[in-house]
Amino acid sequence: MSTATHPAAHFELEPRTGPGIEQLLEISMGPQHPSTHGVFRMNVVLDGERVVRLKPVFGYLHRNHEKIAESETYLGSMPYTDRLDYICPLTNNWAYALAVEKLAGIQVPERAEYLRVITGELTRLQNHACLIGFLMQDMGASGTPLMYAFRQREIILDLFEALTGARMMCNYMRFGGCRVDLPAGWLDQAKRVVADFPRFMDEYERLLVSNEILMDRTQDVGVLSKELAVSAGISGPMARASGVDYDIRKVDRYSIYDRFNFRVPLGSHGDVYDRFMVRILEMRESVGILQQAMRDIPEGPIVDPKTKIRGFRPKPGEAYGRIEAPKGELGFYLVSDGSPNPYRYRVRPPSLVNLTVLEDLCLGRNVADIVVILGSIDIVLGEVDR
Amino acid sequence: MNLETVKSEIEANVPGCRLELVVNPSPSGQHSLLLDAEHASAVAAYLRDAADLRIDFCSNVTGIDWPDKELSQKVKLRKLVDGVEQEVEETRITTVPGSLEVVYHLYSVEKKHGPLVLRMRTQDRDAGVHLPSLTPIWRSAELQEREIFDLFGVVFDGHPDLRRLLMWDEFQDHPMRRDYRDPDDYEYEPTAHDEVLQRAQQHLSQANTAQLSEAEGR
Repeated sequence: MSTATHPAAHFELEPRTGPGIEQLLEISMGPQHPSTHGVFRMNVVLDGERVVRLKPVFGYLHRNHEKIAESETYLGSMPYTDRLDYICPLTNNWAYALAVEKLAGIQVPERAEYLRVITGELTRLQNHACLIGFLMQDMGASGTPLMYAFRQREIILDLFEALTGARMMCNYMRFGGCRVDLPAGWLDQAKRVVADFPRFMDEYERLLVSNEILMDRTQDVGVLSKELAVSAGISGPMARASGVDYDIRKVDRYSIYDRFNFRVPLGSHGDVYDRFMVRILEMRESVGILQQAMRDIPEGPIVDPKTKIRGFRPKPGEAYGRIEAPKGELGFYLVSDGSPNPYRYRVRPPSLVNLTVLEDLCLGRNVADIVVILGSIDIVLGEVDR
Repeated sequence: MNLETVKSEIEANVPGCRLELVVNPSPSGQHSLLLDAEHASAVAAYLRDAADLRIDFCSNVTGIDWPDKELSQKVKLRKLVDGVEQEVEETRITTVPGSLEVVYHLYSVEKKHGPLVLRMRTQDRDAGVHLPSLTPIWRSAELQEREIFDLFGVVFDGHPDLRRLLMWDEFQDHPMRRDYRDPDDYEYEPTAHDEVLQRAQQHLSQANTAQLSEAEGR
């Protein structure tokens, strides 16, 4: 591999000599570093153990999802949205369906809205559980917390498989509804899973929340101020950990979220520990939403019969639809020129935008903190690089 | 939030700015404001700081490519044909110059309203692709503007760190443009072997001189 043509060759260093700068060391973390959650690279400049500069390098998983979607029909991109944030395929489906429904003015039947909320909140549960597991793994709590989370995730993935036929690549939502109705007995099983979930939460919290090592590693690490969080477009649990009271489920009241009673947990310090705690608390709220949704779900059609599935051509125009995905604000921007393919198809990836402040959070910290801070941002490279 | 009132409010507070309301015919009803590049930063700063708007959250930034359009028009002319004056139908082709468009979707976290959609257009798609960067106003545009620079080729003046985001630095084209043509060898990569590299360079020079059809047969 010739270094001359490698992007690293173009990474400019600040002068290595000068007042206050004794000896700087440049290291490249990734793209195969286990803490980067995929193929993500950071060029880090260190002064001893202290980070003086950090530049993320993207694009290792870039396949130009947007270009591919523009040569595909509207429905043809639905299975591909599963592959963006592959931990949470159902919320990706949902955001895309929502944007297309806005573009074409499609109404969604009530039962389908409930199905979307139920699957979306189950997705949030397993995403947050896993993320906390990954975070612990990054901190060196090897195995136990992650395996606890994966055990619980597997139970939820079983539900997804029974409903959609796939554990992860669900391809479940359709414009104006959902693809299939609940199989017999699914709801009872889901109710049992959700009723059991707080028991897992209790166990998980007892294991982690007041763990001294965890508190030592995470408190006052990677502090993100409220002002910077808003300005940098940080969304989701990461913004709320910094005290930004912004949950799109509450603000936009999309779908039927105005019918449920739930609270939005907020952090006050904006450090890694708050990001961890906000997710823990959000899981409790999601359990509440799920219980309400599964109690109230009505009978009825799951897709608007007037919606055209084949030969779907929205009128010229554009729409931006967004939802509160587990990782933050997931939006789709579509421009139609009246043809069967979108003229412009854009994914607003929460993971990428949340990485904007990575350098700000890491400056002045140790190398070991980079790993923890990156873990607390919650990225999936399928979505960052698209 | 009424876009008409926002427009008149901006016009009253940012002297000299030219705004245009772009109507969106889709049922989504998300109309937008077209800014002139010269006053875009001032307008953005006003939107962020105005007490009743407080547009502090830039959610989405993206580009759209509008290539040059050829409009053919049939015109009837009287002409001398073989010494006799006759009515002749001629096709006239006029080229509507294309542009690159950048779209910002803005919200307010403080006031909880939005979306406010702003757009800017470049002069053309070749040399006049400069637009002011709004990263100094909304930091969240940083990576997203880099992505537009990378994939569409819009140059954002005033961006603190304008480099390619997703493609590698040596890459020359802008893949999200409508007239982008895939390399004829997918193994082209920065560390390509000599032969592959040569073919890729050949491809690029051919693409530049628009001799595309010959390249297909090779």
